[in-house]
Amino acid sequence: MRKKGRYGKYGGQYVSETLMSALIELESAYDAIKRNREFIRNLAALQQEYAGRETPLTFCPNVSQELGCRIYLKREDLVHGGSHKLNNTLGQALLAKHMGKKRLIAETGAGQHGVATAIVGAALGMPVEVYMGEVDTKRQALNVFRMELMGAKVIPVTTGTRTLKDAINEALRDWVANVRDTYYLIGSVVGPHPYPLMVRDFQSVIGKETRRQVMKKEGRLPDTIVACVGGGSNAMGIFYPFVKDDVELVGVEAGGDGIETGKHSATLCAGEAGVLHGTLSYLLQNGDGQVLPTHSISAGLDYPGVGPEHSMHKDSGRVTYTAVNDPDVLAAFRFLSEKEGIIPALESAHAVAWVMKNADRFDRDDVVIINLSGRGDKDVAEVAELQGRVA
Amino acid sequence: MRRIDAVFARHKKPAFIGFTVAGDPDKETSIRAAMALIKGGTDILELGIPFSDPVADGPTIQKADERSLASGTTVDTVFDIVREIRKRSEVPIVFLVYFNVVCHRGIDRFYREAHEAGVDGILVADMPVEEADEVYKAALRNYIDPIFLITQTTSDTRIKKIAAKSRGYLYLVAVLGVTGVRDRVSSDALDLLKRVRKFTEVPLALGFGISTPDHAKTCAAAGADGVIVGSAIVDIISRNPQNPDAMERDLEAYVSEMKKAL
Repeated sequence: MRKKGRYGKYGGQYVSETLMSALIELESAYDAIKRNREFIRNLAALQQEYAGRETPLTFCPNVSQELGCRIYLKREDLVHGGSHKLNNTLGQALLAKHMGKKRLIAETGAGQHGVATAIVGAALGMPVEVYMGEVDTKRQALNVFRMELMGAKVIPVTTGTRTLKDAINEALRDWVANVRDTYYLIGSVVGPHPYPLMVRDFQSVIGKETRRQVMKKEGRLPDTIVACVGGGSNAMGIFYPFVKDDVELVGVEAGGDGIETGKHSATLCAGEAGVLHGTLSYLLQNGDGQVLPTHSISAGLDYPGVGPEHSMHKDSGRVTYTAVNDPDVLAAFRFLSEKEGIIPALESAHAVAWVMKNADRFDRDDVVIINLSGRGDKDVAEVAELQGRVA
Repeated sequence: MRRIDAVFARHKKPAFIGFTVAGDPDKETSIRAAMALIKGGTDILELGIPFSDPVADGPTIQKADERSLASGTTVDTVFDIVREIRKRSEVPIVFLVYFNVVCHRGIDRFYREAHEAGVDGILVADMPVEEADEVYKAALRNYIDPIFLITQTTSDTRIKKIAAKSRGYLYLVAVLGVTGVRDRVSSDALDLLKRVRKFTEVPLALGFGISTPDHAKTCAAAGADGVIVGSAIVDIISRNPQNPDAMERDLEAYVSEMKKAL
């Protein structure tokens, strides 16, 4: 097996021939630019002046009191656009511009990556088209409007399960047809090499800041870091700078209605190795290798695949992967809002829910960091509707 | 001689390679469609194995995959279909498949079962030559011709690498994009044919976007060793959901018309 672009046995470049030249071009452009001083300076300036980095590491006194340990939130919800997604789109869009590409395309689930791509398209003067499953355009209508407001074209995807997986299929088809002038801006640590590497690099700013901040506040590394995992970019971003340390890392997947019901998106918990969207990784599939439909209350986690580096960490045991179900997520959504005045994205609420459910295992002095990958404003309408239905 | 090699050795005219999705719209009709293609004069039969996420395919073949899966097609069904066709015909059969289907069954097992059923060649749509060591070895071990794609964006260096691993024929992709019917054969496709010809003796078949006798003529005049037609055939199958007799008639007539143009 070729070693390039591998995480253990996972990763690789399983794409149709038309895209190989584009991946080779992208790889060499990224290799060259990541050591380029001007690029590093430009990106740092945009992160600071435009995106609002660094983001705070907020101590949560009320939640800490309630759960009996020292809980911090890494506030990616405060990044411009409302989630960590801009960390990646800024980096990749600068790269696309440097490569002379004329057009950005992207896929989006919850709409956060689509919004973050629309933002950089407007800021850097590049046209943006975003593929979004029709189901998601409905449950995340606000984000569709935000993208359009910033000049992006949102293309509803009506094939397959009409969610994130199918949006990626359509984006790949678009890229194959327009490969010469189009840059495909993938939003997570998924896809063929070099995307998982590149997205992890751009998202690692989360973990690097967290490390500095926790050392300053606590004088030591944290005991546990918790992040939600769909494709896995916010998790990889905060985990990566701690992988070699004695820090417990927990990735929380979407348990949906419960893994036993089959209606979930818990790829690492319930999947097995397979190839989707250009990478070998854990995958939710049936006995014949057909990809299974997924379910999650949060559109951003509603994906049958996961980044290949997570698959490696799953097999090695370096990261603990687990899942929480939709009702616990809703409870966490309300809990953090009420206790701290911070409304988490439903995606990030998975991480909060895991800490709530596992509070017993922590001592009062344990330092637990939750990556609050996004803010929940986009989810308020859907949660209100769900509660209305319950009542 | 292997069945595919025999086709190209025997023929003075370019070969007609017809594609259909195995199990579209169901197992029985799909066998009838394949046999009609063969009766019409198809030189090589390409069978697509349906996949939930066919990213290299346009809407026509995506829908065929959906119809096939909805009718309950599994990989076992596809092997059954091959065995049924093999009972009645010696026409070479080539699988078009996405890697996860192969990977999930086990690479060597998949190639062994394919050979045992009577398959002659396998093209894995999302398997570039760089990642292909395992499937290449499994193919050779199991007497299957490994078939690869070359596109307009493939560099000369990579053409050489791909050609060195190809047996049977090389599948030249005539368009930038996914499968599906197009208005005409682009001059870029014909340039690609000339470019690849410099590097290899392996027969060159053009596919993607080819549907009319005029397209076939253009390809033949440019020196293609074969033309591959998929979406146009799938269209005929989908137009006759309730009438397999009409479907057979139309498929047979279509293939003979295309053959005449070659």
